[in-house]
Amino acid sequence: MPDLLIELFSEEIPARMQPRAAEDLRKLVTDRLVAAGLVYEGAKAFATPRRLALTVQGVPARQPDVKEERKGPRVGAPAGAIGGFLKAAGLASIDQATVQPDKKGDFYVAVIDKKGRAAIDVIGEIVPEVVRNFPWPKAMRWGEAKPGALSWVRPLHAMIATFGPDTEEPEIVRFEIGGIASGDATRGHRFLAPEPIKVRRFDDYVAKLEKAKVVLDPERRKHIILTEARTLAFAQGFELVEDEGLLTEVAGLVEWPVVLMGAFDAAFLAIPAEVIRATIRNNQKCFVLRDPQAAKLVNRFILVANTEAKDGGKAIVAGNERVIRARLSDAKFFYDTDLKVKLEDRLDKFKGIVFHEKLGTQADRIARIEKLAAELAPMVGADKAKAQRAARLCKADLLTEMVGEFPEVQGLMGRYYAEAQGEDEAVAHAIEDHYKPQGPTDLVPADPVSIAVALADKLDMLVGFWAQDDKPTSSRDPYGLRRAALGAIRIVLDNQLRLQLRTIFVQELSHHLVQRAMPDDKWPVGHRELSVIHQGAQLRELVAKELLEFFADRLKVQLREQGARYDLVDAVFALERQDDVLLIVHRVNALGNFLNTEDGVNLLAGYRRAANILKIEERKDGEGAFNEPANPELMSHPLERHLWNTIQSTRDEVLDHVSLAEERIGRPGFEDQKPFEEAMESLSTLRTAVDAFFEEVTVNVDEKPIRENRLRLLNEIRAATRAVADFSCIEG
Amino acid sequence: MADLPAHMRPERSFQGLILALQRYWADYGCVILQPYDMEVGAGTFHPATTLRALGPKPWNAAYVQPSRRPKDGRYGENPNRLQHYYQFQVILKPNPPDLQELYLKSLYAIGIDPALHDIRFVEDDWESPTLGAWGLGWECWCDGMEVSQFTYFQQVAGFECAPVSGELTYGLERLAMYVQGVERVYDLNFNGRDGAQKVSYGDVFLQAEQEYSRHNFEHADTDMLFEQFKMAEAACRKYLAAGWSTESEVKRHLMALPAYDQCIKASHVFNLLDARGVISVTERQSYILRVRELAKACGEAWLATEAGGLA
Repeated sequence: MPDLLIELFSEEIPARMQPRAAEDLRKLVTDRLVAAGLVYEGAKAFATPRRLALTVQGVPARQPDVKEERKGPRVGAPAGAIGGFLKAAGLASIDQATVQPDKKGDFYVAVIDKKGRAAIDVIGEIVPEVVRNFPWPKAMRWGEAKPGALSWVRPLHAMIATFGPDTEEPEIVRFEIGGIASGDATRGHRFLAPEPIKVRRFDDYVAKLEKAKVVLDPERRKHIILTEARTLAFAQGFELVEDEGLLTEVAGLVEWPVVLMGAFDAAFLAIPAEVIRATIRNNQKCFVLRDPQAAKLVNRFILVANTEAKDGGKAIVAGNERVIRARLSDAKFFYDTDLKVKLEDRLDKFKGIVFHEKLGTQADRIARIEKLAAELAPMVGADKAKAQRAARLCKADLLTEMVGEFPEVQGLMGRYYAEAQGEDEAVAHAIEDHYKPQGPTDLVPADPVSIAVALADKLDMLVGFWAQDDKPTSSRDPYGLRRAALGAIRIVLDNQLRLQLRTIFVQELSHHLVQRAMPDDKWPVGHRELSVIHQGAQLRELVAKELLEFFADRLKVQLREQGARYDLVDAVFALERQDDVLLIVHRVNALGNFLNTEDGVNLLAGYRRAANILKIEERKDGEGAFNEPANPELMSHPLERHLWNTIQSTRDEVLDHVSLAEERIGRPGFEDQKPFEEAMESLSTLRTAVDAFFEEVTVNVDEKPIRENRLRLLNEIRAATRAVADFSCIEG
Repeated sequence: MADLPAHMRPERSFQGLILALQRYWADYGCVILQPYDMEVGAGTFHPATTLRALGPKPWNAAYVQPSRRPKDGRYGENPNRLQHYYQFQVILKPNPPDLQELYLKSLYAIGIDPALHDIRFVEDDWESPTLGAWGLGWECWCDGMEVSQFTYFQQVAGFECAPVSGELTYGLERLAMYVQGVERVYDLNFNGRDGAQKVSYGDVFLQAEQEYSRHNFEHADTDMLFEQFKMAEAACRKYLAAGWSTESEVKRHLMALPAYDQCIKASHVFNLLDARGVISVTERQSYILRVRELAKACGEAWLATEAGGLA
């Protein structure tokens, strides 16, 4: 079966857009082929800086013939309707139509034979349509730019479209877009082989390009670059600092990769390594190297040229070395300049810099972070003065030359400058770490001072945006609030911190003018009548609750990723005042383990039986009808009394364990204890008594007081389980 | 090039480089203009680019434009950064289909041999918020150094460009440093002579860099500048309003160029205020917006002139 080859040859396509564009080309063309009944065997797309290419193998030469049924008017319909139908269906007379029954009667149906068209003609329509509507992130016009002219990522110069079986000379698929006619010619490397090349099909296309110094497949270019870079580094006793993102980008900047090594003055190694790397990587798209023994950068770099120079690349290396020298001396200049101003002396400028329209200036924000960090310090075991100091300085590096030039070294430069001005080590590290963790693989701060500042930074942002009712939506989270909440959760969990978030939120909200537009009926009962001041306090409680729910959602995502059941998180959050993430997670884990045991399964079954009966009876007697304690005097059956006794002792035991848990979890020396597990275990002693009760005792007896008392007993089972979780939320 | 005396060669002198570029583009058919006689941040501000990019009429021009970026001053201490430098600007409307080739040949004309050097087009989308302009194109790299900007204008002063202009901007100092093999901009040979006759870039500009850095960062009179901004803005609007006239039912503008001068003025004054650090981040946005409004109104006026395409 025939193969299709397409090449779209243009001026340089931005590297970052190439992978996506190749994939889009493949998908858009093949989807349309399939929709046109041309089911192909395989397809692959490629991109270089100057071309997008697509090969589709095994395309049928023709579309299949199809029969199309067209439903017409009812038998006996007016002549006008029938005439119209005949015309539309292309029939000469109504005898050519068949008659088919329907629910409402008999209808005419025209069966039209539709001959499949030659694939080459169909392709000749598909490709221009794809090219005209190509989803470039940014497209442009050029030249005369007449109305209706083609838009492309950069000016498009030529198109190859050939189609045919590999045993014959393929045909050119003829079409024209924006004054460019399809053909069978392309060009090789811009400098090394600029002459036109005539191609037939994919095989000779790839081979001829290779001869003309173009490696079509980006994966091959990446492989060549990586292999040669490693080899060059290894030969000198160095190691390549690998960088997948840079590798992909560089492979998108060259058609003929030539890997070379350059050097810079070793004196520049006094600049922080991260800055050297950022300079060389971002501005020059070069790789840095390290000494594998010392695990330190060396004064060498790897560059990838796009040409084979006649002097073997000497001039190219010399040129790149000069640029890198200039860049590094810029960086050194920034570094030295920055060192002349103390971090605290920069802070005044923040008064003139707006953090967010509704949340004040950066200075306001820093003041809030500082205050919150000081409040959090004792809760996380940090030195208050150090936490405060670190919070005050943590954003100062944003005003340095270096961070202005390389935003990705924010925090890190703060640490270097703090160290240079003799700040305490914990303070310096907190400045670096306070943005962390940024992503799932980022490190979580572990030093108490870092923890205090990192938490303060995140919580202040969350509280601030919640106060303004500016929350992320499923598609929009411009301030990274999800990441901030998840970061706070990870800090708490990794460090086993005990924090009452609700209290912190309410306290923090008092620094903001809390705004919430809410329909009147959404206010809590009685709320509307409260004075303004009370409304403020009430509103803060309400907003704190909303924010806590956001945390609960983040926690659920986090726990689910770790394999926990999120219904268990719900079961725990449904309890009163759950705002301590660490306790919640301990509880959820203990509950999960418990429900995996036979005792747990049976107790859940017993709970459900009790809860179901209660639900039915409460419907008759009213909500809360059995909330009073059961009266032992009214218990006639020994198993009834046994259950009551068991509940009393178990409840106390469970509550003891739970309060022990609340007291001890996260505190020093706690590691080996599992009070929540013990609470669950105690709860499980209910199981035999509950089972036996349901086995032998009838709840709904005729004697009204006894029935009521037995229902009260069931309610006590339900109440006892609530000491650990709301079992009604548990699924399955 | 071989017939040139040594001191006139592009790789020997700064002025030789400028002359080589002028000769190359003059030979192509460009009008070779002289710098615009006002302070601007880039060659794009020259009305020969900003305004001529608008409207249907073909236009090919090249010129050197001294460019002022007050914030980039480094008191003459940085080897690469200057608050005043030269751009060589080429504008071709509509862009010829072989503009990349033409550009590359201009590099050969100043002595950059593609058989020895690695020349690359690296994505760089250009946007001027103050001019309400944007375009797509590249930074042109020679051995890892950005030597030019290459842009296909898509919009200027808020108006779609049709035909599209191709704009080339050569950073002359960088290019000269490259072809002369010099590490520090002040060491560039300006006149191509040796010994006592040699004049360096530093001889011409070092003192200016030091003085203007002091001025830009420390002493520029901000009260005056705030006032000047307001005056330029008001004058621009006044000239724009006064320039509209209707002749036989056709709306024409008779003072687009003088009005645009005031827009340039406002833009430069804003840059000075910005360098002095007296404009806060939020205010900054609103100043940029104010200049953009002027630029847009000037663009609109230009389109109602003969050179702007009005019959």
